[in-house]
Amino acid sequence: MASEAVPLTVHKSPLAVVYEWLGTADHKKIGLMYIVYALLFLVVMGIEACLIRIQLAHANATFLSPQVFNRLFTLHGTTGVFFVAMPILVGFGNYIVPLMIGARDMAYPRLNAFGFWMTAFGGLLLYGSFFAGASIAQAGAAPDFGWFAYAPLTSTAFSAGHTADYWNLSILLGGVGSIAAGINFVATVLTMRCPGMTLGKMPLMAWMNLVLGGLILVTISPLTAAQMMLMADRYLGAHFFDVQAGGSVVMWMHFFWIFGHPEVYVLIIPCFAFISEVVPVFSRKAIFGYPAMVAATVSIGFVSLGVWAHHMFTVGMPSYGNAFFVLTTMVVAVPTGIKIFNWLATLWGGKIRFATPMMFAVGFLFQFLIGGLTGITLATAPFDWQLGNSYFVVAHFHYVIVGGIMFSIFAAFYYWFPKMTGRMLNETLGKWHFWIFLIGFHLTFDTLHIPGLLGMPRRIYTYEAGRGWEIWNMISSVGVIFQGVAVLIFVYNMVASFIKGASAGNDPWDAWTLEWATTSPPPEYNFAVVPEVHSRRPLWDIKHPEDPDWKYE
Amino acid sequence: MPRVTTTCDAHHIAPSAIAIGYGDSMPTHSSMPTGRGITLATALPRLENCGTVVRALSSAIRRAPLALFLFSAVVPSAIAASSGGPTSPTNIFAPASTPAHSIYRLSVFELEILGAIFVVVFSLLAYAVTKFRDRNHADETEPPQIYGSNQMELAWTVIPVLIVVVLFLSTAQVIHRVQDAHAPDGKIQVTAVAHQFWWEYRYPQLGVVAANELHVPVSDPNNPTPTYIHLLSADVDHSFWVPRLAGKTDLIPNHPNNMWIDPHETGLYLGQCAQFCGTQHAKMLLRVYVQSREDFDRWVHDQQQQAAPANPDVAAGSALFISKACFACHTINGTIAAGKVGPDLTHLMSRDTIGSGSVPNTPANLLKWVRDPATFKPGTLMPAQDLTDQELGQIVAYLMTLH
Amino acid sequence: MSATTANISASEAPWQLPSRGKVGMICLIIAESAIFTIFIAAYVFYIGKSLSGPTPRAVLKVPVVGTICLLSSSLTMHWAIAALRKAKTGLFSLFWFVTLALGAIFIIGTAIEWRHMIYQDGFTIQTNLFGTTFYSLVGLHASHVIVGLIGLALVMILTLLGKVKPAHTERCEVFSLYWHFVDAVWVVVFTTVYILGR
Repeated sequence: MASEAVPLTVHKSPLAVVYEWLGTADHKKIGLMYIVYALLFLVVMGIEACLIRIQLAHANATFLSPQVFNRLFTLHGTTGVFFVAMPILVGFGNYIVPLMIGARDMAYPRLNAFGFWMTAFGGLLLYGSFFAGASIAQAGAAPDFGWFAYAPLTSTAFSAGHTADYWNLSILLGGVGSIAAGINFVATVLTMRCPGMTLGKMPLMAWMNLVLGGLILVTISPLTAAQMMLMADRYLGAHFFDVQAGGSVVMWMHFFWIFGHPEVYVLIIPCFAFISEVVPVFSRKAIFGYPAMVAATVSIGFVSLGVWAHHMFTVGMPSYGNAFFVLTTMVVAVPTGIKIFNWLATLWGGKIRFATPMMFAVGFLFQFLIGGLTGITLATAPFDWQLGNSYFVVAHFHYVIVGGIMFSIFAAFYYWFPKMTGRMLNETLGKWHFWIFLIGFHLTFDTLHIPGLLGMPRRIYTYEAGRGWEIWNMISSVGVIFQGVAVLIFVYNMVASFIKGASAGNDPWDAWTLEWATTSPPPEYNFAVVPEVHSRRPLWDIKHPEDPDWKYE
Repeated sequence: MPRVTTTCDAHHIAPSAIAIGYGDSMPTHSSMPTGRGITLATALPRLENCGTVVRALSSAIRRAPLALFLFSAVVPSAIAASSGGPTSPTNIFAPASTPAHSIYRLSVFELEILGAIFVVVFSLLAYAVTKFRDRNHADETEPPQIYGSNQMELAWTVIPVLIVVVLFLSTAQVIHRVQDAHAPDGKIQVTAVAHQFWWEYRYPQLGVVAANELHVPVSDPNNPTPTYIHLLSADVDHSFWVPRLAGKTDLIPNHPNNMWIDPHETGLYLGQCAQFCGTQHAKMLLRVYVQSREDFDRWVHDQQQQAAPANPDVAAGSALFISKACFACHTINGTIAAGKVGPDLTHLMSRDTIGSGSVPNTPANLLKWVRDPATFKPGTLMPAQDLTDQELGQIVAYLMTLH
Repeated sequence: MSATTANISASEAPWQLPSRGKVGMICLIIAESAIFTIFIAAYVFYIGKSLSGPTPRAVLKVPVVGTICLLSSSLTMHWAIAALRKAKTGLFSLFWFVTLALGAIFIIGTAIEWRHMIYQDGFTIQTNLFGTTFYSLVGLHASHVIVGLIGLALVMILTLLGKVKPAHTERCEVFSLYWHFVDAVWVVVFTTVYILGR
């Protein structure tokens, strides 16, 4: 990829190029591999989503058998969390963070490569399960117990054969890869900064990836521990989640959600980072309230560790336990609100340029607002007794994941694609992508709230007519067409722009962080001379020598 | 290192205006003369060739907040349209029992607060992205740089904290009211046991065992007769959810739970299993029959009877029930059939549906069900028994005598 | 870039960053601690919940010698690093060897204990909840000790080959953090298994 855009590279044989990529420890190459890998799985999970929506478009449908449907939603969820969202965000962090802090690589390049390959093999193993079963026509033996895999559905009694083993091993491997990435992010941000970049002068993205790294360490590890227990149960005949021997299946829920909820923040914090870079640059203003943004990010990281059981309001905790988790969960709204208001204040009084990255970022702001507010309804335990495990929840987390995370990832693509390839993405296609995706997103996920309010539980392969759910499900399924078209435009745009897009130059957005101070794409060593900075916006200082930032920080 | 060429004219606001202290009052106006209207003309010269599209798009961008607002308006209006009750038998906003009512009142209160927050923040965002659009691309000066404001940070920390306190206190009150409710003497006790993929209901005080259709008496607020449900699971996790009567509570192996309902009106209330429990999670439907006290007592009396001895016309079916392994899973009181895996069939014909609410209990459906239950519920644990048509007819004829 | 603000950089202290090795090892230790926390939580939750015997009291013998050895190995490890820092490589290799030996005694003790329980008492991971949590928690710790011993042995071989120099102090120190962590975890595991759970 990189050799394509730099005109003066020596011609290499294809084998040498393959070897170079497979054996690389360069953070940019690894970052790109993460991103491409995640995009492939994004297409896979998108196809799964389409099949699911076709089946649910009308009542009593028979497009899919219940067995296949259950496998599809399990793989859709597992893939989405572990093999799309995580790798793509880690990939962007890998590519951008060292550039942003003026480093020549991550702290541990080989650990970085190790992490990528563990994640990669984890994903392949998950889909290997298709070939492990009786027949491929029946969707093989893919796991069919949902992405949070509540015991005892994963026990040998309810998951005969090796389906659960594939799932278990793939999550375990992916988890090890993520922990490697987490260690690397923390070490890189703390120990690889260029001269002058004190903690208080790091770009927000570096701060947020630091918090991300720390959060990975303390959240993915419990999942890894729980997977070890599951493995012991399945292979060694242990009894961790074995009710017959007095084991507790509720313990699995606790262990899973101790991972599962902070995981939500593992996914959203890098997106906060993208937004915190894109919004200031396209508003032409410094981020408003930098210290408050840092404090809010760190406090979200800490508070998120004490909220997990809000996924368990219906499992019969005592009333004081429920009340405790209501309080901790609602408290998260405070730092999250601080972030939204700071972005708002950054927009305020700016000169907002609506290039495609900014359009997706603004879409994020509106949709994240709605996703956050519906999150508060779910944090209210009694309301959750009605809404929990209904389509309202499905709508809520897709609002956050698609409307929030996906939109910010698209913003990141349009923003950093020029840096990664040396070529601009086409703005016209980008705007078509934005508007069509926006329409599709709202058609699909706004409407999905309503069947939830009307009593439709999630994970049902079909439903009865006459419950008032049909029309909403139909609209929702139609929205998928728009989203699919928009993603195709995006893919076409990436391929076409990569081949013949306009040349980007070093700094197409007139931005302020260090990655824009080097060539596009950057050389393997990133910077010919390690830069020295004096403020949070080193390129602003250069462009405005009469009025540099460091005078005010 | 490579130096960056800047496109800025490099004369922006005077340093004194950028000082951090200035940020305490944010500027609401920045002067922007009119000019050319293509954002990225410099970055993407090719775009100028398709100016029409760009103009259309930029006008669309101008209307973006409006479009977004219209989309988002779909949700509340749709809720309003669908919350009438009759449109859906499982509407959470049509409560008919005290726990559901408590939740409903709390949720309306909360939605009002959240709605207000939504309107305020949405309007501010929409205003900001419209008002502060860069209208004059020729003017390449940078806007005033504001780094922050402690007062404002404090304001948007303290106000949300106060809102959280209000929401938490009202929530805690409802949690306490529903979860720690005192059970009156007149309560009915039911033990619900969830199985893959059906419901077993036991009335320990009344000596009744039923399946899939829960019968409870209506509860008069002046003389309450609520039903307390003890929730157990025979295999995996399930969840009991009848939205108009109460929130959901999970049925978990080795982890007994409790919930209660006190329906105020007679009628049929629907719901379904709300925790994924395996292949046929979707057809593990719930039916709660709320009856007047007299009707309920009559139903209890009927259910307490043993099955009448099989009359000679259906003796063949009765014998097949034993010889074909049906008895290994099903119970029919008064016979040797005492299986515990499937539903008790002693009063099969008193039920409106079969297959846990999947299909109406008609002779034709019963025949199809016994021939191959997977016709209606692929993945059900009840196997087809390879019966001949004659045997099928005999068994169904016998089953139809179980009133 | 630096030309614009040469005046302020002159007044600043030389640019220093935390040690890469130490930060990485501390991160690894945090992640490992989280894994141990989950296993310990499971252990504590299942104390007394086994549906059948044997009970901890019936089979567990407190590994006094092993515990003393493992804990004192932290001290010898500390002395070894101190010696290397002062360029006393002979003393370093002595203490390093003692650390290795103490760790090996611990793991051999565990092996003997397990062998007795499995073959004499017939007590395995499948027996009951106690067996499940005991073997997994103590086994998780033992596997960390084994990884530590492999590391210790590698450095020992390099020392004997004369390759370890005072310049390697920091690397050895990073490794010692891991070893101290393994010891500290044993204090928690020991308390949980042999005091709380017995």
